[in-house]
Amino acid sequence: MQVQADPLAALPVTKASGSKLFVKTVLARAYPRIVGQQREKSWVFFEIFLPMLAVSSYVFVYRAIGAPEAYVGFVVIGGAMTAFWMNIMWSMSSQLYWEKEQGNLALYIMAPNSMMAVLLGMAVGGMFSTFLRAIAIIALGTWLFHVQYAISSYWQLIAIFFTTMTALYGMGMMSASLFLLLSREADHLAQLATEPVFLVSGFYFPIKSLNFWVAAGASIIPLTLGLDAIRQLVFPAGPTLGFLDPRLEFAILAVLCVVFLIGARLLLGYMERVAVREGRLTESRR
Amino acid sequence: MRNTEVLRSFRIAAWLGWQIESNWTDPFLFAVYSIVKPLASAAILVVMYSVITGGNFSNPMFPYIYYGNAFYIYVGAVMAGISWAVIDDREHYKTLKYMYVAPIRIPVYWLGRGVARFLSGTIAVVITIGFGVLFLHVPLDLAEVNWPLFILSLTIGIAMLSTMGLILASITLLIAHHFFLIGEAVASALYLLSGAIFPLDVLPVWLRWLGYLMPITYWLELMRRSLAGNVAQAFPTLAQFTDAQLMGILLGLTLIFGALSVVVFRFCDLRARERGLIDFVTNY
Repeated sequence: MQVQADPLAALPVTKASGSKLFVKTVLARAYPRIVGQQREKSWVFFEIFLPMLAVSSYVFVYRAIGAPEAYVGFVVIGGAMTAFWMNIMWSMSSQLYWEKEQGNLALYIMAPNSMMAVLLGMAVGGMFSTFLRAIAIIALGTWLFHVQYAISSYWQLIAIFFTTMTALYGMGMMSASLFLLLSREADHLAQLATEPVFLVSGFYFPIKSLNFWVAAGASIIPLTLGLDAIRQLVFPAGPTLGFLDPRLEFAILAVLCVVFLIGARLLLGYMERVAVREGRLTESRR
Repeated sequence: MRNTEVLRSFRIAAWLGWQIESNWTDPFLFAVYSIVKPLASAAILVVMYSVITGGNFSNPMFPYIYYGNAFYIYVGAVMAGISWAVIDDREHYKTLKYMYVAPIRIPVYWLGRGVARFLSGTIAVVITIGFGVLFLHVPLDLAEVNWPLFILSLTIGIAMLSTMGLILASITLLIAHHFFLIGEAVASALYLLSGAIFPLDVLPVWLRWLGYLMPITYWLELMRRSLAGNVAQAFPTLAQFTDAQLMGILLGLTLIFGALSVVVFRFCDLRARERGLIDFVTNY
């Protein structure tokens, strides 16, 4: 029997390496988040609908106790930012655990690309798709509850938002490395980091309402300061209820960006070595 | 024989559910996990209330919010817990098909799986209320509590939540893994509509009637009345109803939901078998 030659085999294969491979890996990993996540309509619906339900409940609580309308705006912005925290917990931190459960993690490790690029791709894609959801929550909340904005500086707002996101997703990349070693407890730990973080980061009330040291401690979570600064910049009552000066908050967030991104790189290398040594990359403890 | 099968299904499912819920970590972390989440959730409301009222915890609105939020823990635990068992068994452990061929009754098995969440929910409710009474002046005089009303309301309420959980579990049989948020979505929607943390009068008129159709609204009111009667009287929403009337409405709605759960289970079970969904794995 004559074996026919594969015509594709003769074509030259261009192999990416170095920074080109890094960028291609980032784009490849971001693609399913940017495109794929929009295809699953139920996710789009639930990821907007669930925070909106929480936002509505808290808005009605404020109305029931006669709070000033500024607090309604605080809740809407806080509710939109919960989408980012949920994305960090479920689509960054827990992701490597899920990849392990699906049997993909070993493939990631074996492939000749950087794991940092994989994490960065996850972060970029997740940030983009969550941004769309956050915008939808703000638009819906603004429309339903007639929220009024008075933006004092667009440039400061943009700078604070992107610095917060960089620090937050840096933190997500770092925690993804930590979750690499986890099994079934990953789900529970992600659950555990929901309400307590909503509390200490002031998602539904000004962080200034908490004790100074509690608020200062909670500032390790970038959303705490980011949310506080955003509220100060977009609401007339924001500055009076703000925790720190937005410029100082920006500076702290910039430091957190550097710390978390370097931390993610170091921790990922360490955790990967530990996971390989202990044979935990392919385990599935159900 | 039939009773034995029902009891065995329930007992083994309860034991299995407890193992799954608790053995992922050591008892200390499990205790922390069981306590921190509900307390943090209550604390968000406490801070919100405190910021606006300047810490005026003697206003009846505060115990209204606090008790409603505390007892609502059962809704997420029992209702969403039962429905989650379907996804857990079918997609995660891939054992639902074995459950179907085992000599057990599937609806009873699901109810049993909800017991573990009910127990951990009970711990959370007790701790949340205890914290409120000890540190936030939530009114609770054990000598003044209407115990018969409390026990009866709690029992019927758990039965009602179980029937709602069964309905959700049956629907979950027909849907893919990535709809796993359906239980959470229903629980969140009911949190908004049932007046758990604010009187129904605060809702827009076009949403309010949905709250009146939900048994959870009447159940939460009965729980508040049994523990702190004067709190419930401060709000006009259900003030025109006596305890007996509220109990009658709750019982009636529970029976309706119970009958509905049987119909929905039979329909979804049949459809799932016809479409080969019992061992359906969506894989993402």
